[in-house]
Amino acid sequence: MALSGLEIFKLLPKTNCGDCGIPTCMAFAMKLAQKKAELTECPHASEEAKAALGAASEPPIKLITIGGAEHIEIGNETVMFRHEKTFFHPTGFAVQIKSSENNEIVNERIKEIADYKVERVGEELMPDLFFITNDNTNKDKFLDIVSTIKKLSSKGIILDCADEEVLVKGIELIKDDRPVIFIKEKVSDKYIEIAKSYNCGIIITDNTLEGLSEQAEMVKNAGVKNIILNYTSENIGDILQTNTILRRSALKKNYKPFGYPLFTHIHGENSYELLAKASVCICKYSSIIVLPVVDKAMLYTMLTLRQNIFTDPQKPIQVEPKIYTIGEPVEESPVFITTNFSLTYFIVSGEIENSGISAYLIVCDCEGQSVLTAWAAGKFTGKEVAKFINEIKLEEKVKTRKIIIPGFVSQISGELEENLPGWEVIVGCQEASDIPSFVKNVKIA
Amino acid sequence: MDLKIPVESYTGKISEVTIGATPEQGGTRSHTVTIGGSSALPFHFFEGEFPHTPVVAMEVFDKVPAKFPESLMNYYRDVIDRPAEMAKKCVENYNADLISVSLEGTHPEKGNKTVDEAVEVVEQVLKSVKVPLIITGHGHYDKINEVMKKVCDVTAGENCLINFVETDNYKTIAAAALAYDHTIVAQSPIDVNIAKQLNILLTDMNFPEERIVIDPLTGCLGYGLEYTYSIMERIRIDGLSGDKMLAFPMMITPGNETSRVKEAKVQPGTYPEWGDPELLNAYWELSTAMSLLSAGADLLIMYNPKAVEIIKTQIKNMFNSKYK
Repeated sequence: MALSGLEIFKLLPKTNCGDCGIPTCMAFAMKLAQKKAELTECPHASEEAKAALGAASEPPIKLITIGGAEHIEIGNETVMFRHEKTFFHPTGFAVQIKSSENNEIVNERIKEIADYKVERVGEELMPDLFFITNDNTNKDKFLDIVSTIKKLSSKGIILDCADEEVLVKGIELIKDDRPVIFIKEKVSDKYIEIAKSYNCGIIITDNTLEGLSEQAEMVKNAGVKNIILNYTSENIGDILQTNTILRRSALKKNYKPFGYPLFTHIHGENSYELLAKASVCICKYSSIIVLPVVDKAMLYTMLTLRQNIFTDPQKPIQVEPKIYTIGEPVEESPVFITTNFSLTYFIVSGEIENSGISAYLIVCDCEGQSVLTAWAAGKFTGKEVAKFINEIKLEEKVKTRKIIIPGFVSQISGELEENLPGWEVIVGCQEASDIPSFVKNVKIA
Repeated sequence: MDLKIPVESYTGKISEVTIGATPEQGGTRSHTVTIGGSSALPFHFFEGEFPHTPVVAMEVFDKVPAKFPESLMNYYRDVIDRPAEMAKKCVENYNADLISVSLEGTHPEKGNKTVDEAVEVVEQVLKSVKVPLIITGHGHYDKINEVMKKVCDVTAGENCLINFVETDNYKTIAAAALAYDHTIVAQSPIDVNIAKQLNILLTDMNFPEERIVIDPLTGCLGYGLEYTYSIMERIRIDGLSGDKMLAFPMMITPGNETSRVKEAKVQPGTYPEWGDPELLNAYWELSTAMSLLSAGADLLIMYNPKAVEIIKTQIKNMFNSKYK
């Protein structure tokens, strides 16, 4: 937690010696609070002041980067609930690859994860990580997998390998790509040494809070910086609660041993169960989830949930302003118009679709605002809408000369007609849910 | 550093709402279902009491919904046009805790079925299953008011959950529910203040607090889920923090919402990256339901039997938490 200028002042020598280049300790404290100066500029600062300021400048949950060019960042969260501010770093999705599985399956899965991409509301969504488990007596197999992934993808890799020699060889292959090592048992000195010498992250595992706390302190005191906490339980209720306790301890109590991102390896009897548990983990604080298997539908569902939960509540998701088609419209089909707030677009397009007709939906650039907000802000006026319609050359694309505007902005119809000579403006319904009955009862094209 | 579990203690408690009535209580149900009563955020057994598990209702229809997803039809094709049979299937095969009878077909533009037809459907379902009922209406005020008045009357004593009233249309339906001893759903458009205002309006007309359930309006996964999610968290936190007008159980409708989105009815092969359409339909509803369960849902109206099976198992498991 950041200290105020006054709190910092109390920790300074209060001699006003000016050796830091600033005339008074109070002024220096203010600069420190604003992060415009560093404590090292004061030659007389006590060890106590250094420790206190150092701790205070650390984020309550450590930020950790994993992977090469396609890396992800996890941690550095500041709130318990997304409505308090936002969740900053989306949960990383990892898929488990086991060295005991046959080559064909392994290669297929690697390719599937490396290549999977899906577009949703203008964002490209994809899984982020590989989790490789060494469970084959033939140790070369594990290393082969690491090499294969390295060739196909620069996504982050988590190494789960109890054989230290093999682990080190594995790390060697990807040492510049910020790998993470996964420790299933209580962490030993050997692993700490490996993590330190290669500067990689370490996932520590326990099934109690006490055990996690002890291990985290030990690993940190040994000099490892990037720690990730793995609380294990088959019960998703236990994980939800433990994750809550861990994050709350870090944010509200400044409990340092829990100031790290959280990891969850999901187990389940079938893909439905895995998805159900993953959904809870995405909402409730897991920064990495590992799945034993995935299919495309599951990835798409999870990626969409992650996109929803990690959307900044203060910045609405926008859809691309353009002409959208619904069904199979022809030149004579009706033309609807609305704003590019994603929710507005989804609801309006969904209801037009439900009405059973084919149509064009013109989505104007209103910086992601809903109809009434955009109108009030002057972004959805007759002039602006007309300008956009001319820009997209709607006249050349359709034969109809009627355009349907949302009922809530009936007041723009006059101005719109003035600015769009040759077009007739029809005032539509206020609520999207009335579109099906509106198209039945009004002549719209 | 000392490790101490940081516990939030709240001053408030979510009210307990019972749906249904047994013969001794003046109804014909074999048992009642009670929801709510929690004293902490969802599934936080380490810091609160949870006397009741969330429950899952399934829905039957007075008229076959237009464009009902094919993946769901595969479960219901034999019964979709016979609500009493469908209710039986949902209870006996899919373990529904309650049945919601949708009277959407009475909407003047979606079938315009008569009040008497609606009553008949409700009476058939009452006979075919013994679980408590939810009576689900629509947004055509004039028509639904007539329908609900009559349905409340003929089901007097059954303590149905009358779904729903909103700020622009609550008096007629709430008065009927009150007169015939039913419980009510207060629906608000993803808005804490309107949710609160409606509950004040209802309690002002002496509607008992233990007979109100909040519907915060469900945004489906990918279609505004995050708004519902955060509104539910805010309603629950405010309710637990002492705002009595928000301390009610919450109901969500992942089934209906999912059945209307593109992801639920995509043709195989249209979007290869979306995977198998059957799986996607179940996953989409399941993920919507699970995430909103974490935000405080006490009652879920669902459609996909596979999603129902999984969510019921998960709720049961979560209630076996080691923190309990």
